[in-house]
Amino acid sequence: MGRYIFGRIGYMLITFFVIATFTFFLMQTLPGSPFNDERLSETQKERLYERYGLDEPVPIQYVKYMTNIFKGDFGVSFQYDGRAVSDIIGERIGASVVLGAQSLIFGCIIGLILGIIAAIKHNTAIDYVAMVIAVIGLSVPNFVFAGLLQYWVGVKLQWLPVAFWEGFEYSILPTISLSVFVIATIARFIRTEMLEVLGQDYIVTAKAKGLNQFAIVMKHGIRNAAIPIITILGPMTVSLLTGTLVIEQIFSVPGLGEQFVKSIMTNDFPVIMGVTLFYSILFIGVVLIVDILYGVIDPRIRLSGGTK
Amino acid sequence: MMIINNKEITDDLFQPAELEKGSEDISRPTITYWQEVWKRFRKNKAAFTGLILISIILVLAIFGPYANEHGYDEQNLARANLPPKIPVLEQFSWLGLDGTDIQGVDRYKENGITEYFWFGTDNLGRDLWTRVWEGTRISLYIAFLAAIIDLIIGVAYGGISAYYGGKVDNIMQRIVEILVGIPNLIVIILLILVLQPGIVSITLAMVITGWVGMARIVRGQILKLKEQEFVLASKTLGSKDRRLIWKHLIPNTMGPIIITTMFTIPTAIFTEAFLSFIGLGLQPPTASLGTLINDGYKLLRIYPHMLVFPSIIISLIMISFNLIGDGLRDALDPKMRK
Repeated sequence: MGRYIFGRIGYMLITFFVIATFTFFLMQTLPGSPFNDERLSETQKERLYERYGLDEPVPIQYVKYMTNIFKGDFGVSFQYDGRAVSDIIGERIGASVVLGAQSLIFGCIIGLILGIIAAIKHNTAIDYVAMVIAVIGLSVPNFVFAGLLQYWVGVKLQWLPVAFWEGFEYSILPTISLSVFVIATIARFIRTEMLEVLGQDYIVTAKAKGLNQFAIVMKHGIRNAAIPIITILGPMTVSLLTGTLVIEQIFSVPGLGEQFVKSIMTNDFPVIMGVTLFYSILFIGVVLIVDILYGVIDPRIRLSGGTK
Repeated sequence: MMIINNKEITDDLFQPAELEKGSEDISRPTITYWQEVWKRFRKNKAAFTGLILISIILVLAIFGPYANEHGYDEQNLARANLPPKIPVLEQFSWLGLDGTDIQGVDRYKENGITEYFWFGTDNLGRDLWTRVWEGTRISLYIAFLAAIIDLIIGVAYGGISAYYGGKVDNIMQRIVEILVGIPNLIVIILLILVLQPGIVSITLAMVITGWVGMARIVRGQILKLKEQEFVLASKTLGSKDRRLIWKHLIPNTMGPIIITTMFTIPTAIFTEAFLSFIGLGLQPPTASLGTLINDGYKLLRIYPHMLVFPSIIISLIMISFNLIGDGLRDALDPKMRK
């Protein structure tokens, strides 16, 4: 087990190194400089370049950048004069985490309920309705949902605020828009797993012992069906991340995603690089945790070294 | 027991069975694998509906822009922000297709316009019907292109890796393992920042990481097939690598390849629309469904029709492809049926 985890961590570090290098060199080739202002004189530009270390040769910039990353220093923003990128991330991450966590919890609960009911009522109208909801949730892009909610619930009915971040009620619409995909994925997944589990011998045994339906589903069904959910946590994180970029933009949530999009528009390289690396660490971390957790739960994966 | 043993077995104890005519015949016509797949697919109502929907959308995307004489970039401020108005359907006011805006004012009467704009016009007076179908065309084009390139690279990479195995496989898999760890989205965003948004650069950016999934699936499948007897038999009979790959391995991998491609297309459509949303989409006046939705958001409160039509179309495309993908998975591999 120890060797397996070490192997995974090794890959994780290489992947991160590749991403960091890739990001750095891509940023070097970017057209346009953050100081493309015509009002700046040549000497002023030179001063600015010097201040942000842009006048040094690329290899030196690269080495400096890489060593700084490992110290947790992502550089200084061009746009917000002199503010450290890590500070900006720290300041913006709160809203995104709240939004992401709420969507994940809400989505998992609703998805589980939907999937389990569909499995118990297999091949009935309830099952079909649940699966139609799941296919729609999986297919319709979250920004379309966000638009619908914003227009009907926000503008027409005026029930909930459609923008900004000033309390729980402001987070309801973005949370729902973001959780639609989670609901659909979990519902479909848990339904398939449940159907398989409910056909197992131990369920038949439990039934034969005279256990009631509720206890069978709760004690024997869900526990066994829910384990493989871990495997879809990776793709789920990615979709939540992608989602926050768009949803935060639509609902004007002051989160990291909104900041990222803003930095793209203003060519603020250090922030783009910093947030990119931050997202990568998050993603790689989740994948690693998923791999290890799954190895702990299912020894067959561990034995085959995770490559087969 | 004893009695039986003592009895001598003679011919007259037996009676010739009457040969039933046709009992050995194959009474139904033999069907090929693909005919069977098609039969199973057709029985799946949801998947078949998806196929019909996609066909309709494809036809509209090809011929829709020619339904009226307006070009997709033809501006005319005299007819800006017109709500949709469709002949016949305008009689049902609850449908909202009678040319009145959300204040209940008939904008067509007000501006003295007699023409019908089926999907309305945008803030520059461009005909949305033409723009929506033009946009659908571009979105589908990007998605198909990305899916095909993914397919070619993925099949080649996965096939080579699995077929040659050993050291080649080892090195190729280490590379894949590193690539899998990189979040696609980040790479796509960074690449488009560098390449400048356009049809080709968006497609390329999606392909750079997109082929990995296909490569893994093809590799897994071929590794499994390689061990099977029919491949060994073919090898024993002296087949060359090329024949083995093209005649035995690839055709037997076709199912998973098609399924993966079917799910790549909606993902690519989503990614393209997503990029438009964060300001990295196609540049005006070119429109894709993503840029149209993005434009629609700006005037959502006053002119919701600009958001509604592209949103409906993109949702229908995504739903249809997902349904077709699910149906194909069930049809191609009945074992995987849920």
